[in-house]
Amino acid sequence: MIAELGHYALVLALSVALVQATVPMIGAWRGIPGWIGSARPAAIVQCLLVIVAFGALTYGYVTSDFSLLNVASNSHSAKPLLYKISGVWGNHEGSLLLWLLILVLFSGAVAVFGGNLPAPFRARVLAVQAMIAVGFTSFVLFTSNPFERLLPAPMDGRGLNPLLQDPGLAFHPPFLYLGYVGFSMAFSFAVAALIEGRVDAAWARWVRPWTLAAWCFLTLGIGLGSWWAYYELGWGGWWFWDPVENASFMPWLAGTALLHSAIVVEKRDSLKNWTVLLAILTFSLSLLGTFLVRSGVLTSVHAFATDPARGVFILAFLVAVIAGSLTLYAVRAPAMKGGGLFAPVSREGGLVFNNLLLSTACATVLLGTLYPLFLDAVTGEKITVGPPYFNMTFGPLMVPVFIAMAVGPMLPWKRGDLLGALQRLKFTVLATLVAMFLTLALAFDGPWLAIPGIALGVWMIAASLEEGASRIRLFRGPIAESLRRLSRSSRSAWGTTFAHAGAGMVIIGIVASSAWQVEKLQVMRQGESQAVGAYQFRFEGAVPLDGPNYAAVRGTFHVSRDGKAVAVLQPESRRYENPPMETTEAAIRTGWGGDLYAVVGDPTGDGAWSTRFYTKPMIHWIWIGAFVMVFGGALSLTDRRFRIGAPARARNAARRAGIAVSTASK
Amino acid sequence: MGEPGLGQQPRSTWLRLLPLAVALVIGGFLFVGLGLRPKEIPSVMLGKAVPAFDLPALPGRPKGLKTADLNGQVSLVNVFASWCVSCRAEHPLFMKLKGQGIVPVHGLNYKDEGPAAMDWLRRYGDPYDRVGADLNGRVGIDWGVYGVPETFLINAEGRIVCKHIGPVMESDLKEKLLPAIAALRNGGTAKC
Amino acid sequence: MLMTVIRGLIICFCLAGSMEQAWAVAVDTPLEDPVLEARARAIHKQLRCLVCQNQSIEDSNAGLARDLRILVRDRISAGDSDEAAIGYIVERYGDWVLLQPPIKGGTIMLWSAPVVFLFFAAILIFVWCRRRSGPMATEASPLNADEQDRLNALLDDKDQA
Repeated sequence: MIAELGHYALVLALSVALVQATVPMIGAWRGIPGWIGSARPAAIVQCLLVIVAFGALTYGYVTSDFSLLNVASNSHSAKPLLYKISGVWGNHEGSLLLWLLILVLFSGAVAVFGGNLPAPFRARVLAVQAMIAVGFTSFVLFTSNPFERLLPAPMDGRGLNPLLQDPGLAFHPPFLYLGYVGFSMAFSFAVAALIEGRVDAAWARWVRPWTLAAWCFLTLGIGLGSWWAYYELGWGGWWFWDPVENASFMPWLAGTALLHSAIVVEKRDSLKNWTVLLAILTFSLSLLGTFLVRSGVLTSVHAFATDPARGVFILAFLVAVIAGSLTLYAVRAPAMKGGGLFAPVSREGGLVFNNLLLSTACATVLLGTLYPLFLDAVTGEKITVGPPYFNMTFGPLMVPVFIAMAVGPMLPWKRGDLLGALQRLKFTVLATLVAMFLTLALAFDGPWLAIPGIALGVWMIAASLEEGASRIRLFRGPIAESLRRLSRSSRSAWGTTFAHAGAGMVIIGIVASSAWQVEKLQVMRQGESQAVGAYQFRFEGAVPLDGPNYAAVRGTFHVSRDGKAVAVLQPESRRYENPPMETTEAAIRTGWGGDLYAVVGDPTGDGAWSTRFYTKPMIHWIWIGAFVMVFGGALSLTDRRFRIGAPARARNAARRAGIAVSTASK
Repeated sequence: MGEPGLGQQPRSTWLRLLPLAVALVIGGFLFVGLGLRPKEIPSVMLGKAVPAFDLPALPGRPKGLKTADLNGQVSLVNVFASWCVSCRAEHPLFMKLKGQGIVPVHGLNYKDEGPAAMDWLRRYGDPYDRVGADLNGRVGIDWGVYGVPETFLINAEGRIVCKHIGPVMESDLKEKLLPAIAALRNGGTAKC
Repeated sequence: MLMTVIRGLIICFCLAGSMEQAWAVAVDTPLEDPVLEARARAIHKQLRCLVCQNQSIEDSNAGLARDLRILVRDRISAGDSDEAAIGYIVERYGDWVLLQPPIKGGTIMLWSAPVVFLFFAAILIFVWCRRRSGPMATEASPLNADEQDRLNALLDDKDQA
């Protein structure tokens, strides 16, 4: 009964979405206030209906209602409650419903909190959001209905793969979707602006917080995902350039570019065409990612839906959304004239440089991801585009971005002086040189690429700090004056400081862990020791162990350094019977200097075991850095400018002044 | 601060259409991609002579399998294992082929244990002429095998003509393998 | 990523729904000679696991990946060069197993793309700047001290906003 209610709510949501996609749009076009006004209640009702549908499915999972096909295929009565709930989105149908839920939550948020937006504009934004919702609701209802009944109901469900029952995995998809779907806001704002034919600083101010929030979620989602890959996979890797990873990384790259170009629109009324295009492309890449994961078009292991009807449906929808918005762009873009002028060396120039390289990098990842498909379609030849390609192309493209990242925030708008900026980065230059010499001295036999690599990371962190310090004139006057400036300074600028420093930490983590990783693979007997870098791993033996639904072997290793015990590592090697699968549970010990990582493999049959050890210096900096980046983004979100009302005031002020809004008018 | 009105230039018109064009091209490829099967890796062994190998028979079964055995007549080589569940799906077809005597079918018992394989053959029937026991899978690698079941069609000169990945279904046999066998028998060439 | 984890965990037991994989029969034991072992490991990292689709054979639990690791070690100990050992596998499974696609006819576009993209984008920006350079020239005269002060004041004010 509850399930039927959910199904019914979803059908109603579709009809509301259809209304919301058309009536406010026409209203805004013809200037009918009543029709314009319908957008808000429609968005809220649609949001409530999808919440009901999602709640109904969740109820089905929590109560283990196996008369629901979706529940029976993906759940089991003996599962812990957490995994019953996460099971809702652990399958194709449910994850689509989650996608839809997040979409309408964003629309609902605009409806409720978007009071500062002019009503016609808000109506158009909500109508565009509703168009996306129409597509996804139909997709759920017509090809992937999670409320399908199964009669007679089985006694118990088939169960969720026990290995997916990981608290980390449970919350990874929602974060990722919050990021993906969050970019729909930038898209809807861009399309609405194209329809109105106007993009101005106020527009950029409305778009930026939504984009920033989506970016934070996506960064968090990607960061957490790579961390799980690292601790779960047992091979010490954390990023594989898998098509599905790339599918989430491309919107991230485009979204990062969008965040930066929107600053130029906001502050300098320039780059408007490009920013609108970027907003469309960012969400298009999110949709593409959704398609790639579900269509089985690329060999990613995880093809949610192999049903061709689903693939065709979502592709048709994808093409409609993207081609539609890009056609609109082609027609309307000329209406938007760029404003502020700037010299190549200036804050704007730096941000253009950032956009140039980020979009090239994004296009490269896109091409590399889809190239096997292109070649297969054209020549029938099958090739692999693996990590070496991406490392060789993506890496060099990003290095200039990282170098420029330090200088950019030091440059004034309009016209800058590179030499002057570098002079203001005295401490940074010094710190970078010191880092180079220290790296050279400490690891003179290390790979030479590590030296510029570490220096690059230090350069980014030091520059962020120095820029932050100069903003409050730290050490250049009385400390009280600095504190006063700190309390008055913009949080958005501090957000930049943290985000850039976080990126530097990620670089250091990547460089250090890959350059100085020590990896040992050997066959060991009980009592034997193996030196791994400065550490000694002593094998204390392996014992069989029975898990709830697997048989395991657990090895015990005592790790010492200079004769002092450091850690006891107990990795496991598990064999599940149903479905049959073999997994390695690595044992990881994180210390200040980095991780100790141990894996126990197969027995050789004569009392010895294959074992694998790593030391991974500073690898945790990757995830700490990502977290610092997210913190920076979140800090920026709390900036006064983004709070409710501020953009409206700016826009109204501009209206009164009778000119397009620009910073100077404020 | 507004820029003085620059005339619209024809150059920028096509530039604005560029994103749309790129998106449509990608969409077209994705549509084609829906019909492709990226997980099937085409064998590079097609057209090549059967690799050099010499495998012993299964315990208690005469006739192992070696390169020379595949010379002289058209034959099928089926890669199977007792641990392979989907092998059971295609097995009746091979039994039927044996019954009809259309083409000799040889087995490549891949990474299996002899007694288990023999039990399996006793249980589901033994359609094979010769069976080579590839205990460590090395010969399988030489053949380019990457999963079980796989089935190869060999011509009379001992060259690999065709490779079928996954269980052979009735339709595969009718539409692909049997016509190819007939063509080879008539001295023609076959592609599949 | 979530999907990566799933891949690592489950996919090695089944391919394309109907193909199946054996458990490993042999243990891959490292070679005695650390130099040879290092070479073998480097090769492992360049070869794609056929079963798991997106991992190198170094990173895979699949039986076939293990067999291939052992095979590479055997070839290396038998005196094969790195190229010969890789060639041995490519001969049997095709270019598909190479994680780094070789530069040849079909991949020229792939390998040249980043440079082409960058070049194309840089030209676009250049043209865009040129088109704007007319009005720019009038404004581009150096700011005098008074203007600079006003600009600084503006910028400062904005930063505090």
